[in-house]
Amino acid sequence: MGATDLTPAAAATGSDAGDPTRRQVLALRAAIVVALLVAWEAVSASGLLFRDVVPSLRSIAAALMRVLAAPEFYGHLGASASEVAAGLAVGGALGLLAGVVIGANRFAADAYEALIHYLGPTPKIVFFPVMIMWFGVGAGSKVAMAAISCFFPIAISAAAGMRAIDGVLIRVGRSFGARPWQMATKIYLPAMRAPVRNGLRLGLGVAIIGTLLAETKLSNRGVGHLVIQAYSTFDMPRMYALLIVVFVAAIGLNALIGRGERRPR
Amino acid sequence: MNDASLRASPWPARAVGAGSLVALVAIVEALLRAGVVNRFVIPLPSDVLAAIPRVVAEENVLRRFVQTTQEMLWAALLLALVGVAAGVALHRYRMLKLACETWIGAFAAAPIVLAYPLFLVIFGRSAATIVAIGFCAGLPAVILKTTEGLGATRAVLVDVGRSFRLTPRQQFRLILLPAALPTIFVGFRLGLIFAMINIVGVEFLINFGGLGQLINEMAERYDLPGTYAAILFVVLASVLFFDVTERIERWARRT
Repeated sequence: MGATDLTPAAAATGSDAGDPTRRQVLALRAAIVVALLVAWEAVSASGLLFRDVVPSLRSIAAALMRVLAAPEFYGHLGASASEVAAGLAVGGALGLLAGVVIGANRFAADAYEALIHYLGPTPKIVFFPVMIMWFGVGAGSKVAMAAISCFFPIAISAAAGMRAIDGVLIRVGRSFGARPWQMATKIYLPAMRAPVRNGLRLGLGVAIIGTLLAETKLSNRGVGHLVIQAYSTFDMPRMYALLIVVFVAAIGLNALIGRGERRPR
Repeated sequence: MNDASLRASPWPARAVGAGSLVALVAIVEALLRAGVVNRFVIPLPSDVLAAIPRVVAEENVLRRFVQTTQEMLWAALLLALVGVAAGVALHRYRMLKLACETWIGAFAAAPIVLAYPLFLVIFGRSAATIVAIGFCAGLPAVILKTTEGLGATRAVLVDVGRSFRLTPRQQFRLILLPAALPTIFVGFRLGLIFAMINIVGVEFLINFGGLGQLINEMAERYDLPGTYAAILFVVLASVLFFDVTERIERWARRT
């Protein structure tokens, strides 16, 4: 593989004669995937690492089939999904409200934005013992974990989106004598669509993490519980299979929201 | 006249923000003392404040802080070495970038911390597991921002380097790297934040290490004021960390 032209102009236009074609890129991707799979299988067969740490691809695929074929898996998946959805609804609604208030009002921003800014990146899982005390060991504490996890990115995105609304749109709304509710539904929310969706995308990711981590810590339902159960019984192929399902679901959902973001109007 | 000069001072608003927090704590204290809220669920805020010196003295907070900081430093070192090198490689080899950039983006969206049982199996219940998860969590941000920074170097600067007949190595050292440094630092800071969140989170989950383990231990003893005090301590440590990295980033952008 040769080095290519490093100038940004060439990179941006893609007009360079040496620019790789789509087919070459796909071939490289396929080669990387094959190389990784072969390396995995070689390590698995070599006995260099403890056999169960790197199980064969065949055993992982078989475990994946077993997981996907088991009806009870969907019960656990449904439990996790409903906790994430409920948390996203609660945390998202509160985050949107807080973001709109902070974005619209300079005084509120000066008073409270620093709190959101600094609390936003703190590890939310440390609040789990408190959530257990408040909401019990059942689904409530997991929903609460999802809610506090997604509140911050959604609030921050909504506040930024609110500030980025074109002043002309707001003046047009006011000149038509729009009421606050009409301003919110006809001007603010449509204009904030992109940042809110972006916040939702970030919020969904952290809500999934918050919920599933809480399930690994203390739960008898959900995919997080299944992962930690597989670890406890040292069923490594099953654990890999479950992690694959979780990763594919999380990345797929993220990409789905991202695709909506880029779709032209 | 610009907007800044027209804006009112933010201090009254900040005082209202701080006042609201104090008022909220006072209301909780009053509700707990009146018996409206169960003390076995929420401890008295005054008890939490009183527990802070006890937690600091009896729970070796300083040692735990040093331990978490050490894990952070190891993760930071690995991020700087591997993340920046990978970003430079992606910039250097365009085909590799086209093939892998989407994957790295997807890796950034993956809930890597959920794989902590896997890391436990590979590295054991040790600091290596915590460092490895922190490193993996921060890696995509460093790689992507390094590539972005190098790719955004102004064409005129690159042309100046060429007109001076710089070798590729000189071009990288004297033109590309200095131009990309602010963006690389943004990525490094983002990577450190992700690493820090995951390091403290995994310490809590596997009950090992520094500050994260402190909360778990207090919760398992059902020491409510201690648990809240430990959480407060972790939040304060995180805020301090973000503030310091933010200041360093601003300083790096100025110089």
